[in-house]
Amino acid sequence: MNWLKTHKSDVLLIAALLVLGGGLTLFLLATRQAGGTVRVQIDGETVMELPLDQDVRTVLGEGEHTNTLVIENGAAQVVAADCPDQVCVNHGAIQYAGESIVCLPHRLVVTVDGGASNDVDAAVK
Amino acid sequence: MKASKAAQYGLLTALALVLSWLESLLPPLGAPGVKLGLPNLAIVFALYRLGWRDACVISLVRVLLVALLFGNGAALAYSVAGAALSLSLMGLLKRTGTFSSIGVSVAGGVAHNAGQILVAMALLETSRLAWYLPVLWISGTVAGVLIGIVSGELVKRVSDQS
Repeated sequence: MNWLKTHKSDVLLIAALLVLGGGLTLFLLATRQAGGTVRVQIDGETVMELPLDQDVRTVLGEGEHTNTLVIENGAAQVVAADCPDQVCVNHGAIQYAGESIVCLPHRLVVTVDGGASNDVDAAVK
Repeated sequence: MKASKAAQYGLLTALALVLSWLESLLPPLGAPGVKLGLPNLAIVFALYRLGWRDACVISLVRVLLVALLFGNGAALAYSVAGAALSLSLMGLLKRTGTFSSIGVSVAGGVAHNAGQILVAMALLETSRLAWYLPVLWISGTVAGVLIGIVSGELVKRVSDQS
């Protein structure tokens, strides 16, 4: 109890941060939509757009800066890369609109875009 | 600069560097960017023992050395942004005098992650990275608590030689 008294502001700060982080998570989860297409950006420029419902395996980049992208079962994943940190490979698969895999060393961003909106409209009609 | 201060500078910079290396050996903790922030042990210690300015210098030297030794140019921008935001916030919170090393370190951990995401968003010209924010936000908070407790104990227990 004594500890709580002397660390009151610390506890308040931690609680506030956790509530904010939790709220942000819930907000993103609640607003997420199924993805339609996968957009590939290198250096901020879109170089490729692929439909998420077609299985494909492709090598992005050139020379010693390549990432292998696989689309399978409606999800996209980077399965191999020659970057030093392998963060993009460890990221796992993405499938919801707005999710992305980033390879900082290669300045590569793979993003899932929405595209299911047409289906939603059709369903509403 | 007094010799004792120069020695402390060197020691803490070396320690921060070794901790960065140690952390790079750990397996990925679930999601990219989720880390314990071990080097922050040395930085928070420096912040309390030497002061804000000295902690900034040590942090900057560490970031530069890490980029030269194991990183690349691209990662440097993210690291600098994270470290700068983190130290600014830690300095501010410490000055208010109401937070212990735990609160200070928590703010530093979250700010470090947020700074990196913001620069990544700007450099890669995409706002889609917002997805990373909640994960890094929570993990930064948890890591900050742990680092804050340990560095607080260190400041208490390691005798002040200067």
